[in-house]
Amino acid sequence: MKQGNTTSFALKLAAVAIGMFGFGFAMVPLYDVICDITGLNGKTGDQVATTEDVVATDREIKVQFIANNNAGMSWEFRPTVRTMTVHPGASYRTDFFARNPSSKSMTAQAVPSVTPYYASRYLHKTECFCFEQQQLATGESIEMPLHFIVDRDVPDDVHTLTLAYTLFDVTEQEDVALARLH
Amino acid sequence: MSAVIEHDNHEDHHHGPDKGLMRWVLTTNHKDIGTLYLWFSFIMFLTGGVFALVIRAELFQPGLQIVEPEFFIQMTTMHGLIMVFGAVMPAFVGLANWLVPMMVGAPDMALPRMNNFSFWILPFAFSMLLATFFMEGGAPNFGWTFYAPLSTEYAPPTVTYFIFGVHLMGASSIMGSINIIVTILNMRAPGLKLMQMPLFVWTWLITAYLLLAVMPVLAGVVTMMLMDIHFATAFFDAGGGGDPVLFQHVFWFFGHPEVYIMILPAFGIVSAIIPTFARKRLFGYASMVYATSAIAFLSFIVWAHHMFTAGIPITGEMYFMYATMLIAIPTGVKVFNWVATMWKGSMTFETPMLFSVAFVILFTIGGLSGLMLSIVPADFQYHDTYFVVAHFHYVLVPGAVFSIMAAVYYWLPKWTGNMYNEALGKTHFWLSFIGINVTFFPQHFTGLAGMPRRIPDYALQFADYNMISSCGAFLFGFSQILFLFIILQTIRGGKKATDQVWEGAHGLEWTIPSPAPYHSFSTPPKNLEEAHG
Repeated sequence: MKQGNTTSFALKLAAVAIGMFGFGFAMVPLYDVICDITGLNGKTGDQVATTEDVVATDREIKVQFIANNNAGMSWEFRPTVRTMTVHPGASYRTDFFARNPSSKSMTAQAVPSVTPYYASRYLHKTECFCFEQQQLATGESIEMPLHFIVDRDVPDDVHTLTLAYTLFDVTEQEDVALARLH
Repeated sequence: MSAVIEHDNHEDHHHGPDKGLMRWVLTTNHKDIGTLYLWFSFIMFLTGGVFALVIRAELFQPGLQIVEPEFFIQMTTMHGLIMVFGAVMPAFVGLANWLVPMMVGAPDMALPRMNNFSFWILPFAFSMLLATFFMEGGAPNFGWTFYAPLSTEYAPPTVTYFIFGVHLMGASSIMGSINIIVTILNMRAPGLKLMQMPLFVWTWLITAYLLLAVMPVLAGVVTMMLMDIHFATAFFDAGGGGDPVLFQHVFWFFGHPEVYIMILPAFGIVSAIIPTFARKRLFGYASMVYATSAIAFLSFIVWAHHMFTAGIPITGEMYFMYATMLIAIPTGVKVFNWVATMWKGSMTFETPMLFSVAFVILFTIGGLSGLMLSIVPADFQYHDTYFVVAHFHYVLVPGAVFSIMAAVYYWLPKWTGNMYNEALGKTHFWLSFIGINVTFFPQHFTGLAGMPRRIPDYALQFADYNMISSCGAFLFGFSQILFLFIILQTIRGGKKATDQVWEGAHGLEWTIPSPAPYHSFSTPPKNLEEAHG
């Protein structure tokens, strides 16, 4: 075989390798899209501007709130109400309490997760503290609002929804533009 | 490339290898590089083996006796990394270097300088990896699967050495696989059709494509780790919008094809050896080629069966379960073909054949426990237990490693010109065979009873089986010293081998003298009838 032939073939194969390196990174947005569609990682969607829908007063769903600190996070973090009984379609408001007991100013990011995962796309948030980061000075505390609507199309077998927030310390990463924080 | 051209231009100027150390540093000869790969992988095999024996020594009795838990987990991590990337993969690349050009009637690999480069990266990659033992924080301790955030947020500071080590060995594998593909597709002797190639060449061609597709993804995932650790990105950090489960998806997209990378060349080796010692043509040559391709294709669409307990929707679990079970069909085709090749053959049981027959039986056992693991509800019970350890060691040790040993015994006379000592070879086989089964068979039981993997201590009811397992491990480990002795003895001398070496051997490599001359097939072979065995 001629040398030119060999070189160009080898270069084509090298291009395949480079392409697959790119594919590895393409799996990141791909994974996000698949999770958005299926809700399979329990993440809730972006902020929605839903107006009041027709309220399904015949259905009641129990919504439970859980607040966790990620490892190494020192804040006090809890829901002000542990459970609410809601009607699908109606808008509700609740608050979460956070306090920074440490001796330095800190920034936190809350990340939500819904159980069961397949109900996550039926939980719409019109306003949430998890859409932005919270910065608290030493000893400062805050009541953080959450406005949400449970979609009327939520599957019939869903009687209880659990919305869990985990609070991450992002003080170190403050300057970084963080994508998709909800 | 230039070496090939040069050689064509000076047909009368036959020269042997250079003298001294620089021969090995500068060589572009496929046989030299094959030898380097094989010795390197043997050193790594012994290194990883020592780590395994530290693990088994600690597990000999319940309680903590010999090492600290922190060191124990470094041992399990490094044992896995060294064996997968340092022992099994380079051994197969070494065999490909030695054999593929001879089997397709080519004078050398297509890209000899790159060949040299891809080998000489490896000692540096593994020196970096092993040097972490002597650094602050110790060696990687997050398991060979290095799941985030264990390998990012909670990793020892040496993780960066691990990442660059993986980059280097990945680059080496990619270059090696490009070289093999180009050699097979561009350098075959004129008239040698694809469907005439020996199965070892076929399985390596498919393996090389797998490597080309997934090693860059591995490079990608460690690059993401690097960025998470040092450049404040958040690919796997939920606090920054990432997801640790994403790590598992990207890793296993590499990781599952990787396990076939470690077994497909073994299929090729066994498909060469069994016909020789059964003195029959391989049964179902074409179906072997198609089955190998089918396995390679399926390997890309089953990765999440490693993640059943990570929280996947039930429909996803069902899909990955059935897709995984599908792999049993082409694999079954192969096993039936090997058995059918032996059926009514005039079989003799020299050492390579013993290793190959043991491969067929024990690999099938490992495959069947794999089928058990593919069942979703069962996997929830078996996940991260010694049952998984028993499963993948049955496919990797009496699978991949036995096939490499079989290959060494089978082709050693061609490489050295001398026959190995058959009695010692058989002793090595039986010690290894008994050792490996005593080691890993009891682990099925401890695993089913719930003993977790990667933990330095265990509940008292597992004590007997663990003691048996440790005894087997030391038997297997120390019998490899005999293997080393046999190889050295054969290199130094012994009964002269004929050109064909084995009575029933077919293939182009058996048509050239033993030992194989430094330059073979400078003119392409004419008689291609012998091409596939």
